[in-house]
Amino acid sequence: MNKFLRQMLPFGSLVLIICVLSALRPDSFLTIDNFLNVFRRSSMYGIIAIGMTSVIISAGIDLSVGSMMALCGMLGAAVMVGVGGADPHGMSLIAGTVAGVIAGTGCGFLNGLLITKLRLQPFIVTLGTMSFFRGIALVMKDGQPINVPSYKYLSEGALLHIPVSIIIFAVIIIAAGFILKYTRLGRYTYAIGSNREAAFHAGVNVDRNLVCIYTFTGFLVGIAAMIATSRTISAQPTAGLGAELDIIAAVVIGGASLAGGQGTVTGTIIGTFLISFLRNGCTLLGISTNAQLIVIGMIIVLAVAVDQLARAKTRTS
Amino acid sequence: MSTSTKSNYDRSAAALRMRRISKSFGPVQALSDVSFTVQAGTVHALVGENGAGKSTLVKILAGVYKPDSGSIEIAGSVHTFDNPNQALAAGVSMIYQDLDLAEHLTAAENVFLGNELPGKLPFTVDYKAMVQKTAELAESFNFKIAPTAVVAELATGDCQVVEIVKALARKASIIVMDEPTSSLSESEVDRLFEVVRNLRRKGIAVVYISHRLEEIVDLADDVTVLRDGRVVHCESVTKLDIPHIVRYMVGRELTEFFPSRSVKLGNVRVRVDNMSSANRISNISFEIRAGEIVGVAGLVGAGRTEVARAIFGIDKKTSGAILLDNQELSIDSPSDAISCGIALLTEDRKRTGLCLGLPCAWNVTLPSLEMLGMKRVINPARENKIADALARRLSIKWQGPQAPGDSLSGGNQQKLLVARWLLAEAKFMIFDEPTRGIDVGAKKEVYLLLNNLAGQGKAILFISSELPELFGITDRILVMRRGRLVANLKTTETTQEEVMHLAAVEQNR
Repeated sequence: MNKFLRQMLPFGSLVLIICVLSALRPDSFLTIDNFLNVFRRSSMYGIIAIGMTSVIISAGIDLSVGSMMALCGMLGAAVMVGVGGADPHGMSLIAGTVAGVIAGTGCGFLNGLLITKLRLQPFIVTLGTMSFFRGIALVMKDGQPINVPSYKYLSEGALLHIPVSIIIFAVIIIAAGFILKYTRLGRYTYAIGSNREAAFHAGVNVDRNLVCIYTFTGFLVGIAAMIATSRTISAQPTAGLGAELDIIAAVVIGGASLAGGQGTVTGTIIGTFLISFLRNGCTLLGISTNAQLIVIGMIIVLAVAVDQLARAKTRTS
Repeated sequence: MSTSTKSNYDRSAAALRMRRISKSFGPVQALSDVSFTVQAGTVHALVGENGAGKSTLVKILAGVYKPDSGSIEIAGSVHTFDNPNQALAAGVSMIYQDLDLAEHLTAAENVFLGNELPGKLPFTVDYKAMVQKTAELAESFNFKIAPTAVVAELATGDCQVVEIVKALARKASIIVMDEPTSSLSESEVDRLFEVVRNLRRKGIAVVYISHRLEEIVDLADDVTVLRDGRVVHCESVTKLDIPHIVRYMVGRELTEFFPSRSVKLGNVRVRVDNMSSANRISNISFEIRAGEIVGVAGLVGAGRTEVARAIFGIDKKTSGAILLDNQELSIDSPSDAISCGIALLTEDRKRTGLCLGLPCAWNVTLPSLEMLGMKRVINPARENKIADALARRLSIKWQGPQAPGDSLSGGNQQKLLVARWLLAEAKFMIFDEPTRGIDVGAKKEVYLLLNNLAGQGKAILFISSELPELFGITDRILVMRRGRLVANLKTTETTQEEVMHLAAVEQNR
């Protein structure tokens, strides 16, 4: 199997899933509303998955993204309500949105700082902050959500009939793709993930770059958190529960290696859509949310196994 | 295949007979029709340039690869190996260049790894018996190791002995050693040779792969030369000398192995003044002139690499100064060192040199992106062009600038690193064991390259464990012992014996 075919594999599976669902449920699946729905869901997790891609390329992991999402939403909504009262409008919504994004950036910065300054493994640090962030989100309002009934723009707003969240997603895709491919930060990310020691010996400031990568991811989580808040017109302290697993799965299905040095934004987007369509398809086929877990779990292992197999083949042949 | 007649050993029994082995990987024919016979109680050297097929052959022997055709006969019976465990069971043990030990376990635990002696209770091991057995085995071969020592704390030479004892514990009759001396100091090499001779005396067949031909002449009984996947020669060592072996290996004679040094030395380029670091070295002072190649000799652990690390900003300096072109530098990290114009080719190109999974071009430009005007935006087309030009200049063999680093042979990987630092426009280049594990042809090219770099007025610090190459290309030799500089000699006014003596023997004051 050649390299091109291997890279097309996730894309092929995506097309296959869409075809199968179109055939099975043409009425409910092949509608604009359904696709927009899938795209919206994809954009929310996809934005985070793009950050996760850079983290995984650097041979790291960020388990805290789901909790971070809840915390950012809660902080953002708290600012909205704090500035604009029970039903905040206008400037207070903007202030809250900015606050949420800043909160995410700060959380990511904290992750990066702990990982580099304390020389701890990303897995351990983010396992800790996963619990830490969730805890704060829950304690803030004693486990209650914060309602922001007029915060609808990020979910329902549209430019030229395209939902705003999808536009934001597209912009982030292009920006992140550019950063990874055409900037030193991106190049150093691959180098650190491929061989951290070698990168250091070649003059790469490993710590500074890692802090940048985690901060960038936090920033993206902040954006995704505000979109999520807008979708439910409330900030839920339990938002993003378990999201890190879907997101990591999407990145890995997209061809990134947890060993680092490998991965692309394109792959991650395909992985994200793959999972979204799978979940959507399961729902349309009447498979319960609980049973979906079984399907998703099998698909993740299968996808990565096939990818590894193809990889081993390209290497020896 | 000719059979040797020289012998003090019983050569009646062939311990190993590999017949007409062929193996291809896709379109590449790695081995064609290779026959290889090793007698019990002999050391049989396997030589050839990188890519000649040595590793493929021994990997087939070890059950890692399956041959496309041909047979393997061990002590008279034919075997086919589907996996390495079957080869182990048949008495074939491999000792790889990067040793295969569990670092955190003791020597005895490693010796019996996967083969533990059961204790009295089920699911337990009898550690005491393992220690005792290890000691006995080592004793019977005249080896000195401490069975209870943790492997991580042993010197490389001792680790090899542990590997050998591990092989013996599995009743190996054939031991394959792949470049065993590449990371040993001279005295450790002598000890290893004693170990190998003891193995031979006890009737073990040793297959010995090495690039160091002096060792082969010294140690081996027979030598088989591979070139392009075929056996080009097989003879008793007594009938061969190094130039002959080299000629068989490369298919041509390397007349002038070391380039002639006729560089006119310029002003002092580098001055290291009283440098000490937190990592072993103290009060190091030396100078290098423009165009000068200064060698660093010393045993493993003498602090040679640590000098390079301190200069390059990896280890923290506790005192002293580094001056480049009379300017004092302040270096706290490799990136500081690089922007000052210093390059370090580290001794371990896999661990600290290359990002093997990434494209060659990326590896070349990694430290120089900012300098190339790609501080903000990388221009891949230009990057490829730059890398391509360097590859042509250094005659690097690759499939293209986007081929991953691990698709290159060892010598070409080394050249890729040289390309990196040429591009970075370093004025002071430190080479730490640049010829380790690369074949003679590639070695010669590295020497030529060093010579050319010196000719361009660069100051070169050349760290090596191989005295012949230090004497072949340096102008001066610094000798280190126990973290200190003990001598600074003009190469033409000293001898290998003197350097060895200074490096190895504590001087009385």
